[in-house]
Amino acid sequence: MSERQGPRRQHYLNATWGLKSWLLTKDHKRIAILYLLGITVFFFIGGLFAVLIRLELATPAGDMVQPDTYNRLFTMHGVMMIFFFLIPSIPAVLGNFLIPLMIGAKDLAFPKLNLASWYIYMLGGSFALWAMFNGGVDTGWTFYTPFSTTFSNSYVIATALGIFILGFSSILTGLNFVVTIHRMRAPGLTWFRLPLFVWAQYATSLIQILGTPVLAVTILLVAAERLLHIGIFDPALGGDPVLFQHLFWFYSHPAVYIMVLPSMGVISELITAFARKRIFGYQFVAFASIAIAVLGFLVWGHHMFVSSQSVYAGVVFSFLSMFVAVPSAVKVFNWTATLYQGSISWDTPMLYALGFIGLFTIGGLTGVMLSTLGIDIHVHDTYFVVAHFHYIMVGGAIMGYLGGLHFWWPKITGRLYPVFWSKLSALMIFVGFNLTFFPQFLLGYMGMPRRYHAYPEEFQVLNVMSSAGATILGVGYLIPMIYFVWSMRYGERASSNPWGAVGLEWETTSPPPSHNFLEPPTVDHEAYDYVRRAQEQRVA
Amino acid sequence: MNQGKGFWESLPLFPERASTLASEVDTLYFFTVAVAIFFSLLVAALVLYFAVRYRRRHPNEVGQPEKTITWLEITWSVIPFLILMVMFVWGAKVFFIAFRPPSNAVEYYVVGKQWMWKFQHPQGKREINDLHVPVGQPIKLTMTSEDVIHSFFVPAFRIKADVLPGRYTTAWFEATKAGAYHIFCAEYCGTEHSRMGGTIHVMEPRDYEAWLEQDAPTDERLLSGEELFAKYVCNTCHYPDSSARAPILYGIFGEQAELADGSRVLVDENYLRESILNPTAKIVAGYQALMPTYQGQVGEEELIQLIAYIKGLEPAGGGEQTASGGSTAQETAP
Ligand code: HEC
Ligand SMILES: [Cu+2]
Ligand SMILES: [Cu+2]
Repeated sequence: MSERQGPRRQHYLNATWGLKSWLLTKDHKRIAILYLLGITVFFFIGGLFAVLIRLELATPAGDMVQPDTYNRLFTMHGVMMIFFFLIPSIPAVLGNFLIPLMIGAKDLAFPKLNLASWYIYMLGGSFALWAMFNGGVDTGWTFYTPFSTTFSNSYVIATALGIFILGFSSILTGLNFVVTIHRMRAPGLTWFRLPLFVWAQYATSLIQILGTPVLAVTILLVAAERLLHIGIFDPALGGDPVLFQHLFWFYSHPAVYIMVLPSMGVISELITAFARKRIFGYQFVAFASIAIAVLGFLVWGHHMFVSSQSVYAGVVFSFLSMFVAVPSAVKVFNWTATLYQGSISWDTPMLYALGFIGLFTIGGLTGVMLSTLGIDIHVHDTYFVVAHFHYIMVGGAIMGYLGGLHFWWPKITGRLYPVFWSKLSALMIFVGFNLTFFPQFLLGYMGMPRRYHAYPEEFQVLNVMSSAGATILGVGYLIPMIYFVWSMRYGERASSNPWGAVGLEWETTSPPPSHNFLEPPTVDHEAYDYVRRAQEQRVA
Repeated sequence: MNQGKGFWESLPLFPERASTLASEVDTLYFFTVAVAIFFSLLVAALVLYFAVRYRRRHPNEVGQPEKTITWLEITWSVIPFLILMVMFVWGAKVFFIAFRPPSNAVEYYVVGKQWMWKFQHPQGKREINDLHVPVGQPIKLTMTSEDVIHSFFVPAFRIKADVLPGRYTTAWFEATKAGAYHIFCAEYCGTEHSRMGGTIHVMEPRDYEAWLEQDAPTDERLLSGEELFAKYVCNTCHYPDSSARAPILYGIFGEQAELADGSRVLVDENYLRESILNPTAKIVAGYQALMPTYQGQVGEEELIQLIAYIKGLEPAGGGEQTASGGSTAQETAP
């Protein structure tokens, strides 16, 4: 391969220098890195809260922090992790970096809007951080009324405003992606030749565009009641508290798919690249993403089975929730079948992908248990739910995010990271994760409610296991932080295609030039066509 | 500790089973756990087997070409879907049991507030954070909150229902085993959320009777519903025997009330609550909006007393109730 390797080659990282060249950049790759910095900060802040929570829960008595402090800890943990880390994570970092590369475009459709989205994200984050430093918020990330509108004495408005602002960044990013995917594909790159990551991002963008405005409206209504005492949700003012739950979950259930769909997209890329095989059932996997996005809007009531919602509404929502499980199951089966007769390497990103399949399967199956009405009565609002959504959001979304970061890191930075440490930390994350969250299923069935600062003694053994697991998990997350930073200076230089993967992003140099491709690419074949590539190589 | 525990109860992974619902929920749970374990193991085994069996042996090796096998895709969509439908139907069945109290259930009242539970027995006895109940008697809880949303949760009974301000929600159980069990508040409700708990003391009926006889000396007595009815001068308009000024309240509970706009509405706890707090919301046919609002004057517990009193008013003549609606009381009045 004729590549202009070497330190003097121009690429997007060294094309221009100085802080201003970054803060005013319109290059989607640099904006991805700006996001990477932002979300990493929020991830570690959210993680710090998790550490304090697990420390407090190591003993039954609420003896480490005050109850009000504890309530702020779990609220801020949820708010930071969900709104400021998970929702932007894969779309804003990997999506931003990869979508133009994968479709053979120079940039996103609206580069300035893309930069603006980052500033909006940072502005929203600043509000939330300001609220946090002033004493935080104690409503839970779910902001249930009338507690949040009438009773809480914490910084509800500031935090909610932060989320409100952040929402616009999410909407604009979604819009940018949709237009880009429609308009800027390379010649010959038809919809069914797109990498599945692009399909997943497309489905996610639809949710971001359609769901987020509902969240924005809900937040405004909460603010109106809290500031102006207009009766919307508080019965004492003539409102309906359950109305809030409907509005909130109408966004927040689909939001789960904003977190996990992109991750599923990443997994499709990893499985194919490390099995060197075309994905099994391409069209089924692609349409499963769309089906999940659409069905995801119809199931919000499964968070409200015991909320006083009508029994019949409960039945309908349970029924519809069962439907969403099918496309998710289809994806898992297709990934598994892709491994059959593949050529499977055990590189670090693949370890994350295989881990994802296991954890996501457990997360999905326990989700189905939760949609089963008779079980939900008992486990709703217990640690069973906490365990379930961590399997989806940490075991699913974060595993996908880290797997993707390890896969594309050589492309992003032009450097390789140490193999041993990366495999070790992947293993630690997998083991630590299961030790942290599996006991929580048992705790939940035993009846330990979530958001408890103190608990009866019979729950201690499982809580200690969970806290011990969290320690391993925490170290597992710190190690990549260290070697990623280390690799930027000392890591071995990466070739343009270190994994031997197919896909347009691997055809340009690592790191790519500012305009992505030296010559605009054209496409005349399916995605993941490893057989064709092997034939070409043999000919050459 | 209990002697003669069954196999499942001796495992430390399940809460005690102390209600008729508990075994229904557990059986369903075991079924879904079995399904979950089966599919998790299936996927894990296949992934591991393929990952080892087809591991890469030469750096340039690639996988076999792939074709889409439609029948396989359909199979693994349809089979999970069918299993999901079994779970759905079964789950809905248990859910209906859990939310439909049997007709012979005795009514207890629950008021949640930051951060305590207040209970009232049908005999008028009241408790805070402790609730004594007899074994073998279906008990219906009618619940409301004085402030934010709480959730009444008894793991040993497998019941949970949110407790909302401004309306009544219900739950029911029939305890099967004497003992003391946790009550938790499951919906986050502020500072002392994790301490908003209590204990349900399930007693043999005889012990319960004896317990009821004891006085609760610390508890200052609440006026009875009848006394409140007089205190708030309800009886100046609502006569037992004349509908001249206001509808007769005897025998209206559980019937349809006919409203001024021609619609009909079921007289249940939430309707009575609204009639007292916000009387103009629904006007009974044939009357003027004369009744004053009691919003802000009558507390949650007094409200419950009043409602319980109205519910207990037998229709004139006693015995069978006629099914002809809110106006029944007028027609059957002597
Ligand atoms: C000033 C007279 C007056 C007083 C005092 C009064 N009510 Fe009423 N009440 C009415 C009238 C008139 C109606 C029918 C019109 C309506 O629905 O508002 C009514 C309706 C009702 C209804 C609905 C009956 C039905 O058949 O649907 C209930 C229940 C009720 N009152 C309970 C009470 C209670 C409890 C009190 C005391 C706390 C009370 N009322 C005090 C006049 C009164
Ligand atoms: Cu949901
Ligand atoms: Cu509570």
